[in-house]
Amino acid sequence: MEKEFTKLFELFIAASLINNFVFTRFLGLCIFFGVSKKMETAVGMSITFTSVMVISAALSWLIYNYVMIPLDITFLKIVIFIGVVAAFVQASDTIMRKVSPGLYYKLGIYLALISTNCIILAVPLINAGEKYTFIESLAFGIGSGVGFSLALVIMASIREKLELADVPAPFKGLPIAFVTTGLIALAFTGFSGLITL
Amino acid sequence: MSEEVIKLPQEKIRYRDLIINGIVSENTIFKLAISLCPAIAVTNSLRNGFLMGIAVLFVQTMVNITVAAFRRFIHPRIRLPIFMLIISGWVSVTDMTMAAFAREAYKQMGLYIQLIVAFASILARAEMFASKNKIAPSMFDGIGMGLGFLFALTVISFFRELLGRGSLWGLQIVNTKPLLIMILPAGGFLAVGILMAFFNWIDARYLKRASSHH
Repeated sequence: MEKEFTKLFELFIAASLINNFVFTRFLGLCIFFGVSKKMETAVGMSITFTSVMVISAALSWLIYNYVMIPLDITFLKIVIFIGVVAAFVQASDTIMRKVSPGLYYKLGIYLALISTNCIILAVPLINAGEKYTFIESLAFGIGSGVGFSLALVIMASIREKLELADVPAPFKGLPIAFVTTGLIALAFTGFSGLITL
Repeated sequence: MSEEVIKLPQEKIRYRDLIINGIVSENTIFKLAISLCPAIAVTNSLRNGFLMGIAVLFVQTMVNITVAAFRRFIHPRIRLPIFMLIISGWVSVTDMTMAAFAREAYKQMGLYIQLIVAFASILARAEMFASKNKIAPSMFDGIGMGLGFLFALTVISFFRELLGRGSLWGLQIVNTKPLLIMILPAGGFLAVGILMAFFNWIDARYLKRASSHH
């Protein structure tokens, strides 16, 4: 039991820090650069993102193991996973609008952006590829979500300061954001070797 | 660009414009800055970057052709799910083909090939161009956008492999490893940032000269 818990914790740390989705796997960059201009949007995105990620990881694990493997249609996983994610995002959009308009007003716009995001799709694909158990998939999903949130918040706090900096003209906007991300990524390589799975 | 088979002279300019538009003025990576994930993830060697570019070129062209061919039968209200279905179909084709014929590269970049399905640029072209145009222009638009992506990935991976490993396409060119950081994850961000700034700089100079002539 304790050993299992250690493994889950290691999986969580590995997904959030060592194999951070933004800095070492380079996924979700469009959203990462798109919403990291202000701290407020970054936090809103992080909350929406992590919850969608965990739930869609659970949903697609169930579908993969109880529908796709018995029917022997695992070769359709790209088509099915993107369908599951898109349907889930659409459903939660509708439900949230009806049940809690206040929350929808705050986070609805991020939901619309999420369905075209590659991390949300990458988590089920990696879970299926690594043959994780249900609990392990959840741990991986939470870890990835926390890692992405961490990246967003760090980046947003730097970019708010960067607005005031005197950047050379060709580097203004995205290029300097890329260089900054490169420097953070360099710092994150320090985490590699922290845990060997 | 041997794909450029042209029949009518008055359409010649249009097709060429479509291709140039994709490579230069609407370059996915350097100008629009979308679909950036693979631009950094797979560009630590020239071969991987090139193969990824070819995969995207293929998917983009085929998706554009398919969407243009079926545009009359797709109900506008459900067009996005249909486009996603078409895209994921062609991505599956590419994924399985690469898995069968390019094993070594697939092991390193399989996940990113599968994630072509979430490319904003491909969905955007299907929605903005292919769903409103005939098959031939849609095909050239797809080729143009794909070539632009291929060009960007090739340039990025050229510099990263040369500076990080001192080699090109796996062939050792210089015996030292001048800037090891370039093949690390961090180097990818730095390379894209610097190249983007370089293209901005060229743009600014060119525009300045063009406006001073007037």
